[in-house]
Amino acid sequence: MAKLDIESTEDTPRVLFDAEGNVFEISGRSLPEDAPSFYGPILDWLDEYYGGTPLPTTTFDFKLEYFNTASSKLILDVLMKLEEHHTAGNDSLIRWHYDEDDEDMQEAGEEFADLVEVPFEHIEQ
Amino acid sequence: MGSNTEYPLSFIRDLHTKMEDNKLSLVYQGQFTQEITRAFVAMTEHSMNQIDEEKTTKKRVFNVMVECLQNICKHSTEYELKGVEESSIFVIGLEDDQYFICSGNHIFNEEVEKLRIMLEKVNAMDKQELKDYYKQVIRDGKISSKGGAGLGLIDMARKSGEKMVYRFDPIDDQLSFFTLQVKVRRKKQE
Repeated sequence: MAKLDIESTEDTPRVLFDAEGNVFEISGRSLPEDAPSFYGPILDWLDEYYGGTPLPTTTFDFKLEYFNTASSKLILDVLMKLEEHHTAGNDSLIRWHYDEDDEDMQEAGEEFADLVEVPFEHIEQ
Repeated sequence: MGSNTEYPLSFIRDLHTKMEDNKLSLVYQGQFTQEITRAFVAMTEHSMNQIDEEKTTKKRVFNVMVECLQNICKHSTEYELKGVEESSIFVIGLEDDQYFICSGNHIFNEEVEKLRIMLEKVNAMDKQELKDYYKQVIRDGKISSKGGAGLGLIDMARKSGEKMVYRFDPIDDQLSFFTLQVKVRRKKQE
C-alpha cells in the first residue's frame, strides 16, 4: 500500500504513515483553520490500510508540539478510528510523546487516553 | 490630494509612546485571515524567543492567540457572506508577569446573549470543571458550520487559568462590538 507522506508546514504537522517501513507518525504543530480538510486524507488512508492487510499491531507515534482546538477534535476522530479497528481485532498502540516540562501536552495525552479504548503509552522525551 | 492632507507623523510618535506605555507588542486592525494568524504566531514566537520565554508560557500564549484569531477569522467570513465589511482588532501585550491577549470584533446582536452565557459559564468553572467540560464537548460536539468545535473558549480559559474579561458595546440595531481579554501568567524559568 502506498505510504502517506505529508511534509510539515507552518501550521500543519508532518505525517508519515508507512506500513512497509512500520512507521506511523504525526509530529509538529497542528493549527490549520480548516482541520477537517487536513485530517480527511489521514482518515481515508487509515480506512484503506485497515481494509487491506494491516500489521498485527500498528503503533502510532504522536509527537505534537501544539495543536488548536479544531485539530483536537480531528485528532480524536483519528484516535476513534484506531479504536474502531482495535475493537475489530486489529491491534493498535498509541504512543503519546511530550517534552518533559510540557504539562499541557502530557495532560492532553491523558485526556485522549480517557476518551478512547486503545492502549496508550505516555512517553516523556 | 493636496499637500495639506499629509498624514500627521506626530501621530506615529504618539502611537509608539502609547504602545510602549501600555506594554503592547502587537496591535493589528483590519481583515483577519489564516495568513495573518500564521504571521502573528511567527512574530510572537520571535519576540518570546528573544526574551528566552519559558516553554509552557510560550505554548499557552500561542494557544490563546490562535483560538482568538481563528474565532475572528471564522466570524469575518460569515460577515462577508452577509455583505458586512468586517474590520477587527487584535492586541497582544506583556506586563511584568503576564501576557494579555485581546481581540475586538463585530457580532450580530442576536448572538450576544448566547456568547455571554457561554463566557459566564466558562468563567464560573474551576480547573477540574473546565477539564470535564472540555472532554464532554470534544466527545459530543459536532464541528459547526463555521469549523469550530465550540472548544475555543474552553481551551482559552484552561490555558489562561484566569477569568476572561469581556464586554459588548451595542452599535446599532444589527451589530455589537465584542471585546475579549485573556491573560496568560508567565511561568518562572526552572
